[in-house]
Amino acid sequence: MQIAIVDYGRGNLHSVHSGLEKAVELSGVDAKVVLTSDPEVIAAADKVVFPGVGAMGDCYQQLLNSNLDTAVREAFKSKPFLGVCVGMQVLFETGEENGGSDGLGFVKGKVVKFAAEQGLKVPHMGWNEVFHNDHPLFEGIPQAARFYFVHSYKVQPADIAVQQAHCEYGGQFTAAVGADNWFATQFHPEKSHQWGLKLLSNFVKWNPAKS
Amino acid sequence: MSETIKISPLATRLIPCLDVDRGRVVKGVNFVGIRDAGDPIEIAVRYDQEGADEICFLDITASHESRATLLDTVEEIARRIFIPLTVGGGVREVADVRRLLNAGADKVAINTAAVMNPNLVKEASEAFGSQCIVVAIDPKEVAPGKWEIFTHGGRKATGIDAIEYAKKVAALGAGEILLTSMDRDGTKSGFDLKLTKAITESVSIPVIASGGVGNLQHLVDGVKVGGADAVLAASIFHFGEYSIAQAKSVLAENGITVRDDFNQK
Repeated sequence: MQIAIVDYGRGNLHSVHSGLEKAVELSGVDAKVVLTSDPEVIAAADKVVFPGVGAMGDCYQQLLNSNLDTAVREAFKSKPFLGVCVGMQVLFETGEENGGSDGLGFVKGKVVKFAAEQGLKVPHMGWNEVFHNDHPLFEGIPQAARFYFVHSYKVQPADIAVQQAHCEYGGQFTAAVGADNWFATQFHPEKSHQWGLKLLSNFVKWNPAKS
Repeated sequence: MSETIKISPLATRLIPCLDVDRGRVVKGVNFVGIRDAGDPIEIAVRYDQEGADEICFLDITASHESRATLLDTVEEIARRIFIPLTVGGGVREVADVRRLLNAGADKVAINTAAVMNPNLVKEASEAFGSQCIVVAIDPKEVAPGKWEIFTHGGRKATGIDAIEYAKKVAALGAGEILLTSMDRDGTKSGFDLKLTKAITESVSIPVIASGGVGNLQHLVDGVKVGGADAVLAASIFHFGEYSIAQAKSVLAENGITVRDDFNQK
């Protein structure tokens, strides 16, 4: 099995790469992890991981500039797909960052900034408790397990049914979304120690039913 | 009269710090089971396994020749730990930030260069996002309740007020402040709590308290009195005086939220 990490010049790919390699080792699955900016490698991969850091608008532009948006769209529709952090945000329709920016629009909804309330700092940076649905990617992970987050914007899915996990930070926000063959997290599983590696290893083993 | 204060659900981060000179941990480490006490990679992996929430790696090498070694070390640490890694030391321009991020650092700490050219904070945060730009601030108390930024390990005064500077770098896009009291660093007498409180109350970005930790109560005070979002220490962990787990249980006993859910089956 081949797992492709989409390299479009945005994201701490080293961490995602080493996290996935560790997860492959933990899962016992025979899989190879590759970093790629080649649409054909993405098309041929069995699973696709789509990371991203920084500003949503920049990530989206960079993805278009790299001519990888079509390959990412096909992967999102057809194979086990994992978006991480801004890689999740870019899946949505619109963002507020940098004066309003577009996303891929695969998931209906928008991306909005955290309001800096009394006692709550922005960026939301650190280890927070994640409360999740009964989804295969959270198998073996207890409720309120802590994952590492670092972001100033949060997603607001139009259809709450896609929310697979939430978190508290000045009210509830969406920590993970997913449906059918795709899944995405606001937190960084590759930086979330034991539970993050568990989630990645669940992804390596995941065989979602074709939608 | 009561005041409603929102309590952050985030765990207070406990960050061991490795000061590295020419690829070796400077202050030395006295760990049972570590083959090479000066090897930053082995030590970082150990802290990751023990439950550290983040690793801070500060390169204090004076010479330029060892920069390549630094990148190799950062790359190897990043490959072997699964928690965030902050790297600082000798960052002078945007290209240095890029090199460290490409080597696998999650955040890069900028110190002297930001004092000399605050615009670097803006350029770097615009290029890579605020989330990965940490500004390291090294103040000294120059009059009661007044702190000034010093550079060159506390030897060179700048005339810049620490609180004003903290506000300025936050406005320029810093995602976090690493605050090291030059009066307390290496003294083991605890954080400068007045300074920590003054800075945490002045900015809305997270603040890491650093400099002076000699026992676990100091960590508690940094959070409860100083209002720090994260606490950093080096020697108390390196010399095996306290383990990460012990530090976390003392924080927890004092009502501070910590990440202690790892190693469960």
